[in-house]
Amino acid sequence: MTIKEIQDQIIEEFSSFEDWMDKYNYLIELGRDCPIIEEKDKKETNIIKGCQSRVWVSAELIDGKMDIKADSDAVITKGIVTLLLRVFNNQPPQEVYDSELYFIDEIGLSTHLSPTRSNGLVAMVKQIKLYALAFTLKNSAL
Amino acid sequence: MNLTNLRKDFPILNEKVNNKPLVYLDNAATTQKPLCVIEAMSNYYLHLNSNVHRGVHTLSQQATTEFEHVRKSVQTFLNSKEQEEIIFTRGTTESINLVASSFSEAFIKEGDEIIVSELEHHSNIVPWQIIAQRKKAILRVIPFNDNGELDLNVYKTLLNEKTKIVSVAHVSNALGTVNPIKEIITLAHNKNIPVLIDGAQGVPHYKIDVQDLDCDFYCFSGHKLYAPMGVGIVYGKRKFLEAMPPYHGGGEMIKEVRFSGTTFNEIPYKFEAGTPSVADVLGLKAAIDYVNSIGFETIQKHEDELMQYTTKKLLEVGDITIYGNAKQKAGSLSFNLNGVHPFDVGTLLDQLGIAIRTGHHCAQPVMQHYDIVGTARVSFAIYTTKEEIDYFIESLKRVKQILL
Repeated sequence: MTIKEIQDQIIEEFSSFEDWMDKYNYLIELGRDCPIIEEKDKKETNIIKGCQSRVWVSAELIDGKMDIKADSDAVITKGIVTLLLRVFNNQPPQEVYDSELYFIDEIGLSTHLSPTRSNGLVAMVKQIKLYALAFTLKNSAL
Repeated sequence: MNLTNLRKDFPILNEKVNNKPLVYLDNAATTQKPLCVIEAMSNYYLHLNSNVHRGVHTLSQQATTEFEHVRKSVQTFLNSKEQEEIIFTRGTTESINLVASSFSEAFIKEGDEIIVSELEHHSNIVPWQIIAQRKKAILRVIPFNDNGELDLNVYKTLLNEKTKIVSVAHVSNALGTVNPIKEIITLAHNKNIPVLIDGAQGVPHYKIDVQDLDCDFYCFSGHKLYAPMGVGIVYGKRKFLEAMPPYHGGGEMIKEVRFSGTTFNEIPYKFEAGTPSVADVLGLKAAIDYVNSIGFETIQKHEDELMQYTTKKLLEVGDITIYGNAKQKAGSLSFNLNGVHPFDVGTLLDQLGIAIRTGHHCAQPVMQHYDIVGTARVSFAIYTTKEEIDYFIESLKRVKQILL
């Protein structure tokens, strides 16, 4: 699936939730279930410090596709991180770099990605795009 | 005190947040403004706007008169000896930076020592760190125990002939601890060391008498006292203010400017370069009048009851850790749901219309003391009701169910 298709799929999933409670319960579930980053990778260089919650992120290029691992110490943030990884992972770096994230807005979680919300998510997306750019350049150099 | 009537003075309390009635429990960050304060500000722009201290024309003179009335009003509010000891700033942060910078120019040299405490807000740490670096001075720290109380025995050992100033909070913004500032001041004065009190969290809850306290500086923000953002105060004893060089250069603070050299104005103008935020300053007077009309005895009694009530109810929720169990607390109550990140608690409570603060509260050393990333903090004001606390507690129980 393309980045756009995955985003549309998430929007579709969220449209079935009746109220905020369902939505957050789902995010919390996602945050709980998903084993994302290994403890050894939770090192200082991978950390994105927000005022509120912290996010760890690292990325590799496997078979020309993005393989991002991330984590957060807050479960709701982690739920959103999981959604972001679902969108970005297994995609070519160029696509990730060029992508426009609109699903967060559509599912009513935009406050979590506003620049004033210091939960590390905005910085995380930026970091992922930087990884994507670096991988794109590396690819074209080969 | 009739809370139903009093709440009508604060139009914002009728707002809905996420389709729920707003329950505002973030008063230690900033308080809401009563209508009289909002009107004082708009009245200034509607009828009086003109630059102060400059003009010969009537409007400017009226604005200046009103502006200087506020200085008088703050003098009475803090019971300082003279109104020249009251300096307008933008807030507590600027107030402390002003004192740190100007005081150190006059009094601090290499090897000298400055004392702060472990429970300070960053605003009462960082300005002193900058000074310590600039002057090659040393910052000493009074530790606190797990209850959140300062260790005065250690404090006594820190005071020595190299100590040039002590700077501590009246009330901790992260833990709510009320520090024994009178004792702290007396101990320092016994060794002729001046003391600055960061009153940002003290002024909203206690009647301040700077002569009785005998503090050398007392700093606070208007916006935590129902006044607008953008106005703060430094109270300083005349002898220090006169000996200190200006903080900012510019208009108002000069007597005469020549390229061969400039002579500075008298206090307080020496420290008030540039056009002040006149509307905010006038709003501060309206807020002081408002608070005085309620009376600090009433405010303190109401908030003490809320503190005790909330503490008791919070512990009944279960799986709760309260940070800071000092004998005397005011304003702020910090807690965590065990094993849960405070960000998650705050995010879900927000969905229920409840505004609390989560995070390190700009007091990272306090979080390091307890080895936590942050806390959830509820903080009270005169308009906070027991019904709001009940709703908060019920909501917290729901949040606990979701998250635990």
